[in-house]
Amino acid sequence: MSSFLRIAAVGAMSVMLGNAALAETTVRVAYDADPVSLDPHEQLSGGTLQLSHMAFDPLVRWTQDLQFEPRLATSWEQIDDTTVRFHLRDGVKFHSGNMLTTADVKWTFDRLKSSPDFKGIFEPFTALDVIDSLTFDLKTSAAYPLVLHTATYLFPMDSKFYTGTTADGKDKAELVKHGDSFASRNLSGTGPYVVTEREQGVRMVFERFDGYWDTASKGNVDKIILTPIKEDPTRVAALLSGDVDFIAPVPPTDLKRVDEAEGTALVTMPGTRIITLQLNQNRVEAFKDARVRLAIDYAVNNAGIVDRIMRGFGTVAGQASPAGYLGYDAALAPRFDLDKAKALMAEAGYADGFSITMMAPNNRYVNDDKIAQAVTSMLSKINIKVDLQTMPKAQYWPKFDERAADIMMIGWHSDTEDSANFHQFLTACPDSETGNGQYNSGNYCNPEADALMAASNVETDPAKRGAMLKQLETILYNEAAFVPLHWQNLAWGARKGVHAEGIVNAMNFPYFGDLVVD
Amino acid sequence: MLAYLVKRVFQAIAVMFAISLIGFAIQDNLGDPLRALVGVSVSEEVRDQLRDELGLNDGFVTQYLRFLGNALHGDLGTSYFFKEPALDVILKKMPATLELVLGATLIIVGLSVPLGVYTAIKPKSILSGIIMGLSIVGISIPVFLTAILMIFVFAVNLGWFPSYGRGEVVHVFGSWDTNFASFDGLMHVLLPSVALASIMLPLFVRLIRAEMMEVLQSEYVKFAKAKGLRPMRIYFVHALKNTLLPVITVGGVQIGTMVAYTILTETVFQWPGMGFMFLEAVNRVDTPLIVAYLIVVGFIFVVTNTIVDLIYGLVNPTVNLARMGA
Repeated sequence: MSSFLRIAAVGAMSVMLGNAALAETTVRVAYDADPVSLDPHEQLSGGTLQLSHMAFDPLVRWTQDLQFEPRLATSWEQIDDTTVRFHLRDGVKFHSGNMLTTADVKWTFDRLKSSPDFKGIFEPFTALDVIDSLTFDLKTSAAYPLVLHTATYLFPMDSKFYTGTTADGKDKAELVKHGDSFASRNLSGTGPYVVTEREQGVRMVFERFDGYWDTASKGNVDKIILTPIKEDPTRVAALLSGDVDFIAPVPPTDLKRVDEAEGTALVTMPGTRIITLQLNQNRVEAFKDARVRLAIDYAVNNAGIVDRIMRGFGTVAGQASPAGYLGYDAALAPRFDLDKAKALMAEAGYADGFSITMMAPNNRYVNDDKIAQAVTSMLSKINIKVDLQTMPKAQYWPKFDERAADIMMIGWHSDTEDSANFHQFLTACPDSETGNGQYNSGNYCNPEADALMAASNVETDPAKRGAMLKQLETILYNEAAFVPLHWQNLAWGARKGVHAEGIVNAMNFPYFGDLVVD
Repeated sequence: MLAYLVKRVFQAIAVMFAISLIGFAIQDNLGDPLRALVGVSVSEEVRDQLRDELGLNDGFVTQYLRFLGNALHGDLGTSYFFKEPALDVILKKMPATLELVLGATLIIVGLSVPLGVYTAIKPKSILSGIIMGLSIVGISIPVFLTAILMIFVFAVNLGWFPSYGRGEVVHVFGSWDTNFASFDGLMHVLLPSVALASIMLPLFVRLIRAEMMEVLQSEYVKFAKAKGLRPMRIYFVHALKNTLLPVITVGGVQIGTMVAYTILTETVFQWPGMGFMFLEAVNRVDTPLIVAYLIVVGFIFVVTNTIVDLIYGLVNPTVNLARMGA
């Protein structure tokens, strides 16, 4: 009945407005959360990047097979070891009507350097030098292999729009983490969509920017209504009942349902977020012995976890880097062999096992608490008695910072889509000066591995760099620096006719500008 | 009467003060708000600096006194997530919740009286058996399960009702948009209201039934029957009026409880009210919003109980308000 009324209303409107109204295509999207702010530099999170790809454009972006695609930068070349020259696209307009120039790029770069969340990524860059209105140089302190990786985070903002003071005397450029700022409520980017309405946590409306530069894009969606729906069953029900057209994520329990339901289609992709367990060597003497760590790796049936708990919705991992990354080495296969695990325990003198504690979140990763429970029972087979505690992520992270248990679970996605990042945060020798090993609750420390990481960070030849990173992964694998479980897959659900498969990617920021709807 | 109200105001202040103290005392156990504010790769150093800016590194007493000082000026803190004063956020979300509670109350009041009276008058009929059986089911199934079941039956399988949200609301004034002024709005509010009512309705049917059965045994009902009054007049005027006292007492407490149940219903239906907002705030460790919500809900409890007491006096003139609430 209500849909009848809706059709009737649209019909009446189209009579009034002529054919133009009939051509309007609206896509209703439901995510599990909405962006925290309209300021693209306030928080480095999936929500922010999803918004950035709708309302802004990066210099370059990732394709589905992890290659670089020119966006606002049309071309680039390495001038010397520490300089890359970029050429900006001509004739690009901001939502405000201002034209994009290198001044905007420089302004954005400087702002990124001051953002607590983003400055880490831009650390290696010393300056952005403007050559002319469409040419600029990105300078790094040393040779840096990830210039383009980082350029995917540079979404030029409209510097004229964000300059000046607001009615109550605040600087429009102000970047505030927790508070009301101009940039957190107003937006002018070059992106395919203009934000026309926003009620935080309830709904956000985007309308196609009529001055969008990318006229070659086949995207034909005029309006996007984004609603956050936190509850998994409700989000799936909204898609199945036709109340929304596109949802993410689809929970593993409903994959089959969305796939088989008439009128909806499921799109999945292997993701790049690795789920791991860290064995704390400072808390447990036995974990200092590589044989014990190997035994645990052999005892954990990660293929079984993917099969039973994840319902096949994950890729079994033997290392941190997923396929497609420079450090991925197919030879580092996932391990599971209970006899070998028992033998290793006996060899290390722990045949009778020992008792340890373990903590895991219960609302951070897909099925995190069930995975932890499964690991507990798997370890009991090699006589390791685990006292497991699971808790919501809000309580878990402070515990993780305290290194409060002998085994802790952590998932990691590399912000730079690069192998070295995994080691830097998860397995490098903890060092509060450099920030290395910030999430290394295992306290694994191998100077040889750290040296390889350091060398790879200044190596610009991809072949040589790949060899280094593979060697690094091999060291971690042989010493069982951590226990890799799996890479979480990604899933989107869409109404038939909404071609989600063309716009999704492993980073989970769909390129809605290119979305085609029949 | 006036003395009573003054007493109540002091009680309300004491209750809210206690709640704020408890809310503040537990907030350290809710998690680290900085984790929700910054990305994962931000260093501990930067986080600590931000924590300093937010005043989170100060001692408990300092933080609490600062909070009290601001609260006296009507400032309950600023939500980290919404970046607005916490009280404003709650007041903006409140109409949605109150409308949901109103929808559920209408259903409960509209159904519980006839059903309760009927099952009391005809306790042995088959229909009474069915009603009482269903009421057991209603009480036993948790609200969120009822809600999810209803979504799958009525929204996904039958497609009669929308599955989530408020739909097309009609603006009234201020931050109040109503669901009760458009067809689409009514369609959206129906399922959540039924889900919310599903716990309370059986309770009230049973309560009215039990009270009514007791009253029907009393001398004056027998006398009225003997006098030859019409049964309808006996049941609905003489008997029902005397069953209402306990019903109103329980009802007042339960309306307060219903505000708490909205947390579940709103979360499942993605209803943009303050219950849903609260659960999200807990997930995001948005402590100013959590504390403000607890205080506001405490205030609602005090207000509903005061109103119940006032109605009590109206229904039963022998109740002396001046002596109550001492």
